[in-house]
Amino acid sequence: MAEKIGVYVCHCGSNIAGKVDVEEIAQWAGENLDDVAVSRDYKFMCSSLGQQMIEDDIKKEKLTRVVVGACSPHLHEKTFRRACSNAGMNPYLMDLTNIREHCSWVHKDRSLATEKARALISAAVQRVKHQEPLEPMYVDVNPATLVIGGGIAGLQATLELADAGYHVYLVERLPSIGGHMAQFDKTFPTLDCSACILTPKMSEAGQHENVTLLTYAELEEVSGSVGSFKVKIRQKSRCVDYDACTGCGICVEKCPRKVLDTEFEAGMGNRKAIYMPFPQAVPRVPVIDQDSCIWFERQKCRACEKLCPTDAIKFDQEDELIDIEVGNIIIATGWKPFDSKKIPQYGYGRLANVYTSMEFERLCNAAGPTNGKIVMRDGKTVPKSIAIVHCVGSRDDRHNPYCSGICCMAALKFGHLVLEKTDAEVYSFYIDMRTNQKNYEEFYQRLLGEGMRFVRGKVSEVTDAARMPTEQGKLIVQCEDTLIGRQQRYPVDMVILMGALEPQEDARELGLKCGISCSMEGWYTERHPKLDPVATMTDGVFVAGTCQGPKDIPASVAQGAAAAARVAGMITKGKVMIEPIVASINEQACSGCKICNNMCPYNAIEFIEETETSRVITALCKGCGTCVAACPAGVITGAHFNNKQIFAEIEGALWDALQPAAESSSQAETVPASAS
Amino acid sequence: MSEQVFEPKIVGFLCNWCSYRAADLAGSARITHAPNVRIVRVMCSGRVDPSFVMKAFSLGADAVLIAGCHPGECHYIEQNYKAMRRFHMLRQTLKAMGVEEQRIQLVWASAAEGQQLAEAIDKMVDEVRQLGPLGWSGNWEENGERIQALEDIVKEHEQAMEVTA
Repeated sequence: MAEKIGVYVCHCGSNIAGKVDVEEIAQWAGENLDDVAVSRDYKFMCSSLGQQMIEDDIKKEKLTRVVVGACSPHLHEKTFRRACSNAGMNPYLMDLTNIREHCSWVHKDRSLATEKARALISAAVQRVKHQEPLEPMYVDVNPATLVIGGGIAGLQATLELADAGYHVYLVERLPSIGGHMAQFDKTFPTLDCSACILTPKMSEAGQHENVTLLTYAELEEVSGSVGSFKVKIRQKSRCVDYDACTGCGICVEKCPRKVLDTEFEAGMGNRKAIYMPFPQAVPRVPVIDQDSCIWFERQKCRACEKLCPTDAIKFDQEDELIDIEVGNIIIATGWKPFDSKKIPQYGYGRLANVYTSMEFERLCNAAGPTNGKIVMRDGKTVPKSIAIVHCVGSRDDRHNPYCSGICCMAALKFGHLVLEKTDAEVYSFYIDMRTNQKNYEEFYQRLLGEGMRFVRGKVSEVTDAARMPTEQGKLIVQCEDTLIGRQQRYPVDMVILMGALEPQEDARELGLKCGISCSMEGWYTERHPKLDPVATMTDGVFVAGTCQGPKDIPASVAQGAAAAARVAGMITKGKVMIEPIVASINEQACSGCKICNNMCPYNAIEFIEETETSRVITALCKGCGTCVAACPAGVITGAHFNNKQIFAEIEGALWDALQPAAESSSQAETVPASAS
Repeated sequence: MSEQVFEPKIVGFLCNWCSYRAADLAGSARITHAPNVRIVRVMCSGRVDPSFVMKAFSLGADAVLIAGCHPGECHYIEQNYKAMRRFHMLRQTLKAMGVEEQRIQLVWASAAEGQQLAEAIDKMVDEVRQLGPLGWSGNWEENGERIQALEDIVKEHEQAMEVTA
């Protein structure tokens, strides 16, 4: 039976019609393409009137297939599928072909763009004839959620969901939740005490009845898909019995081994071999660092074990693998600071009084190693002048091309803290001041008033080689002041490098486990940069906070809440639709060669010994189609992307290839009859 | 039209997750590029059966572009590696048949790389324009007998595969 196809070509205002002769194409399709019963163009096909038109035609003209030439299927495929569905047609009998993003928006020449659009419409018409009705599958959504990362974004997401009554597993790699925000003294531009606003959230998450806190734990493996993920988590050995420990801290106090704390104190202070990263840590259960503990080094000591009042120290504790089942995953793994040693001319690691921004955060923190006194490395001298160097590793082709976004404001915050606590002069060496959030510019104006000095230019070098008597014993910051166009030397006592925010070292690895991708730099890719900032290409996996790109605390919190809202929506709905785009094997014809078995990374193809054939486990198949292409006998079918459909699409796309180029643009010809 | 410029016809197989979206992004960012690639969407570059490429050539395509996610970034974990393996073998085979290497190209473009994809398309179109038409379709038309012979093979294969229930 011949199909009755409706072709609908959208003007999209002038978005498509400006470069493509839509009216002519619609007319051409109606006159020249086989089986086309109706062919129309319309100003806005996605509008309710446009959709209505399609619905009416399906009913009145008894259409069996629909082709829409408009925008990307990623934008409006659902819209038109719904329209077809409303009119009683199976939604998978519609094809949306992209003549906007892939055509009118990117081509200059009107006649060439029109030719391409014509080919794309012709391809869709050929393809749609072979499309088959499919029924979407639905799976239940497990109401539990996994949040990876206990920084402010992860905490916010956790609390939003837990408060809504849903269970959350919060996994944190470090011994305590809190993230980078716990390390800060003040937050810009309000100068709120960071700990004062963060710790209530931390303890709430620690005590919440709907939260299972898994600190000092890492994600091992994820399987399954949206609605029902199976997750394996490695609970690293703390050498401390979590339930028996009361958090009294005697073990920490009595531990004889001191080590440099490169994590929480950013190398500015020490901790013990058994430690809680900071006093407000959640949970209040210490961890034994097995790399520095004397017992693990030379089987001596065990002071903590002897003194623990509840016998909570367990030296023989081993890593534990915990299996959990969740419906959705929120990734909020944050960032890591740029390694300032990569820019040797700034002297970090070589010149004592050059600090990274994280080191300076700890230096001014009232709970930090100097109790908030701003002093130089000798521990007592108060600096008389401080230089803050912006864009260290950001906006720099040799390191990271992007702007880290928060450093200008953090530099202003540092400037304020220095001016408040000392009499030092503060210089800020900036390329551009970026203060584009609420109350940020006002904070900049305030610092201008407070007497912070601003030099516009990129610092070329920080050195201790004095050229003049006034430079003796100082660090000299060499910079071209681009506002006056002159090279200048600024002798100062202390230099702070505002290092870039970089993606976590293992971001890519974690992304792979969860099936989401990273940008070139290593930030997680969101589903849509504007309209879908927390969802990812993998259904049921969301991202929040700085793991998606550099951002400040308010933006991280907003994303955490947004991701939670998306998850809550999924849970409330209770069911999630899964595209029926899966492979299937014609077991009658399968020769049992097993080639496809190894093609599938999801182990969705099983080999049945009795019949010596392979079978696709539909629930595990993600529909990539690699096995379809690999089957030497051609007995695997990829639903909605089967060979017939794609061959027909190729044929349609090349409808004009057999004719001389000169004729094809003006003279319309019939498409060659479809093969096979 | 005063002067006839050869406009190659290229069929592009783009994966749904990275390169198709890269092309979408090129669109929304209005990155102009050559209009010669006619895009066929597949879920994954691993879906590209070598016979798709042969089909395109046989129907008159002057070149074929296959684009997928970067290695290690595949939406389906590792299927683009399989695409890569097939691609190299196919290109080798085509080379033996006298088809220039530039006529079949594999490009990696993440969803964020509209610019890179547009540049790759422009470069490819230029290269193929230099080569001129492939002209397979014409040759096939002339050799009707050979087509018949090939179709017979396909039929034979189908018959051999048929299992009587």
